[in-house]
Amino acid sequence: MIPELGHFALILALVIALVQGTLPLFGAARGRVEWMEVAKPAAFLQCAATVIAFAALTWSYVVSDFTVLNVVQNSHSAKPMLYKVTGVWGNHEGSLLLWVLILTIFGAAVAAFGRNLPPSLKARVLGVQAWVAIGFFSFTLLTSNPFERVWPPPLDGNDLNPLLQDPGLAFHPPLLYLGYVGFSMAFSFAIAALLEGRVDPAWARWVRPWTLAAWIFLTGGIALGSWWAYYELGWGGWWFWDPVENVSFMPWLLGTALLHSAIVVEKRDALKIWTILLAILTFSLSLLGTFVVRSGVLTSVHAFAVDPERGLYILLLLTIAVGGSLALFAWRAPSLKAGGLFAPVSREGGLVLNNLLLATATVTVLLGTFYPLFVEAFTGGRISVGPPYFNATFLPIMLPLVAVMAVGPLLAWKRADLAGVLGRLKFVALFAVLAGLATWYLQNGGPALAALAMALAVWLFLATLWELAERLRLFSAPLGDSWKRARGLPRAAYGMSLAHAGLAVAMAGMIGSSAWKQEEVRLVQPGDVVALGGYEFRFEGARQVRGPNYLSDTAPLTLLRDGREVGTLYPERRFYPVQQMHTTQAAIRTNGLYDLYAVIGDPQPGGGWVLRIYLEPLVPWIWFGAGFMALGGLVSLSDRRLRVGAPRRARPAVTQPVPAE
Amino acid sequence: MKRLLFILPLLIFAIGAAFLYWGLNPERDPAAIPSVLIDEPAPQFELPPIEASATPGLSTADLANGQITVVNIFASWCLPCRAEHPLLVDLAEQRDVRLVGINYKDKPEDALAWLEELGNPYEAIGADENGRAGIEWGISGVPETFILDREGTIRYRHVGPIHAVELDDVILPILERLQ
Amino acid sequence: MRVLLAVLLLSFALPLAAQEPRLEDPALEARARDLQREIRCVVCQNESIDSSQAGIARDLRELVRERLAAGDSDEEVREFLVERYGDYVLFRPPMRSDTWVLWFGPAIVLLIGAAGIALAVARRRKQGATAPDVLKPEEDARLARLLAEEAGGKERRS
Repeated sequence: MIPELGHFALILALVIALVQGTLPLFGAARGRVEWMEVAKPAAFLQCAATVIAFAALTWSYVVSDFTVLNVVQNSHSAKPMLYKVTGVWGNHEGSLLLWVLILTIFGAAVAAFGRNLPPSLKARVLGVQAWVAIGFFSFTLLTSNPFERVWPPPLDGNDLNPLLQDPGLAFHPPLLYLGYVGFSMAFSFAIAALLEGRVDPAWARWVRPWTLAAWIFLTGGIALGSWWAYYELGWGGWWFWDPVENVSFMPWLLGTALLHSAIVVEKRDALKIWTILLAILTFSLSLLGTFVVRSGVLTSVHAFAVDPERGLYILLLLTIAVGGSLALFAWRAPSLKAGGLFAPVSREGGLVLNNLLLATATVTVLLGTFYPLFVEAFTGGRISVGPPYFNATFLPIMLPLVAVMAVGPLLAWKRADLAGVLGRLKFVALFAVLAGLATWYLQNGGPALAALAMALAVWLFLATLWELAERLRLFSAPLGDSWKRARGLPRAAYGMSLAHAGLAVAMAGMIGSSAWKQEEVRLVQPGDVVALGGYEFRFEGARQVRGPNYLSDTAPLTLLRDGREVGTLYPERRFYPVQQMHTTQAAIRTNGLYDLYAVIGDPQPGGGWVLRIYLEPLVPWIWFGAGFMALGGLVSLSDRRLRVGAPRRARPAVTQPVPAE
Repeated sequence: MKRLLFILPLLIFAIGAAFLYWGLNPERDPAAIPSVLIDEPAPQFELPPIEASATPGLSTADLANGQITVVNIFASWCLPCRAEHPLLVDLAEQRDVRLVGINYKDKPEDALAWLEELGNPYEAIGADENGRAGIEWGISGVPETFILDREGTIRYRHVGPIHAVELDDVILPILERLQ
Repeated sequence: MRVLLAVLLLSFALPLAAQEPRLEDPALEARARDLQREIRCVVCQNESIDSSQAGIARDLRELVRERLAAGDSDEEVREFLVERYGDYVLFRPPMRSDTWVLWFGPAIVLLIGAAGIALAVARRRKQGATAPDVLKPEEDARLARLLAEEAGGKERRS
């Protein structure tokens, strides 16, 4: 009964989307207000219907309704409740339902909070959003229906892949989708602007918060996925340049560029055409990601459901959405009025450079990911493009970007005094150089790149703090004055500083774990001791533990430092009988500065176990840094000015010109 | 000129989409690696016979003796090998094809017992206990089968077990062509 | 095909005897590890032989060490594997005529982008024959003072 209700609700949502995609757009073109006003209630209804559908599927999982095929394929009665729920999106069909749910929620949010939007723009935005929804609803209903039934119901389900029965990976898809789908709003706004034929300040004020929200979620989603790979896969690695990772990274890179160019549109009414193109391309990359993950075109450790037929449908979606929007762009964009002027050396110039570098980085990742496909198409041969390629091409683009990021926020709008700014940063530069030299010395023969990169990370971090300090007149005015300024400083300024500093911290973490990781692999018997990084690990033998739906070999490791016991690690090797799969559960002990990471491997026929121990310096900083970036975004999002719809008239300059942020 | 610039993203996308469409071709297997040994002479190797077996060992010289040869790489612990074995037995007996084998990373007792149970169609079997010969042939798993022409040049490589359909549609025509 | 791959993988996943191959000489061992990270496991989905559990990955790890111990250079070891498995086995794509676009693409895109921006700036400068209405900081300050004076003057008068 409930699955039928969900199925019906989904169909209803599609029908509503069809209405929402036609009437408002015609209404905006003809000036028919009643038609345009259909958009808002339609968006709410569409959202409600999708919520019902999603709730119905979730219910089926919670009660383990094995007459629903999707539940049979991906769930099991013995599975812990948390994973019964998160298993709803741990498969192709359910994850699509999550996609459209988030899409309709975003649409409803625009309908609800969009009071300040000009009616025709709002109608168009919701209309375009409805078309994206139509694409995904039809894809779900026609090829990937989660409500398909099976009769008679089997006694129990096939269980969820044990790798997915994990808190990190359970929440990774929702965060990612919030990001991908969030960019669909920027996309809808861009299309709407092209249809309107103009880009006015209201548009810019609207694109920013939605893009920022999407960016925050995507940052969180990618970081969570990376963290999961770190603790679950057993090698202490956190990024492999795997195709599926790359297709999530590309929208993030281009989305960051979009975020920054949107600032220029808003503040200076410039870069409008470029920003529209970026909005279209960022969402296109989201769609491309969906395609790659679900079609099986590229081999990957993480590929989802691999089905060329579904891939064809997504490709069709992609062609219509991206092809259509780029065709619209080619047709309408040339007639958009070009924006304001600025000198090359200025904050705008810095943001242009930011965009250039991020766009190039995106192209680099795109090239590397799809090149094997090109080669195969042309010559039939197979090549592999892996970490060595990306390290050689991606890093040389990102390092200069980091260097420029430090200087950018200090530049004035319209025209800046670069020499002056660099002069003000001379102490920061000095510290950075010292940090680089210290790194070089301390790492004792490690890679030179690590020292350079660390110097840049310090440069970025200190310059970000310096900029904030200057804004608060920390070293030039009495403390009370600075405090008053601090209270009055817009949140967006703090957000930016937090986010930029977060990147520097994350970067330091990446350098540490890549360049200075230590490892020991040993075959151990109970009582053996392995030494690494000033610690000793004593293997106490393995014992069997029974979990809710798995059997575990747990191997307590006593941790000793200078002969004293300081703790115990419990690496595990689990066997899930239903799916007949093994997983390793690494034991990680962190002190915020470095991680101790222990994994037990297969038991050896001659007795004994293979033990792998890693020391990962600075690795926790990667996740801290990502957290700061997301937090910075949130702080920025909470800035009241970002949520004011209509532009306000600028006040005349008062005493001294203060660089607007 | 300006117009051209605006059409560029669409053009680039169109080309990209064409590649993606090509990539979806159901005949294509993204995980398969084509052999680089096709049209190359057989790799250098010299393998002893399986311990306590009457069947002689195998080396490169045996493969360039003027006969068409089918080289089958197998192991007793490999389930698909078991599935394809009857076809190989049939191939050797009834179609009069020279079949030789490489026993990959197997224990001699296990291999002999397996051959005892399922039949031994091989004219010669090289025992590759440490797997090096397999690497020379560029295998990524077992079973794999190679067809060599009279001069000992590799002409075809089949990954995985041979099914009856593949035997009729692919392998036999190739063998005929090489005659 | 996928089932086949799974079965092939299973057939390789037997726990093969004991110890990981390892070289005595730390410098050679380090080279071996570096090479391992760049060599792709031929049965896995996108893993290096350094991290793969597959049997053939282990064999390849041994092979790499054997050849390094025999005096091969890194390049010779790579070539050895490419001769048998093709370019697929290297994570670093070769530098050849058919991979120029791959290797030089990013730099070319960067240059084109920079050139495009430079052109746009140059064109703007020519079009905007009147200088952009940008005031230098000192001019801004002077204007501000004048406005303030004006406002002050108005107040006094009223």
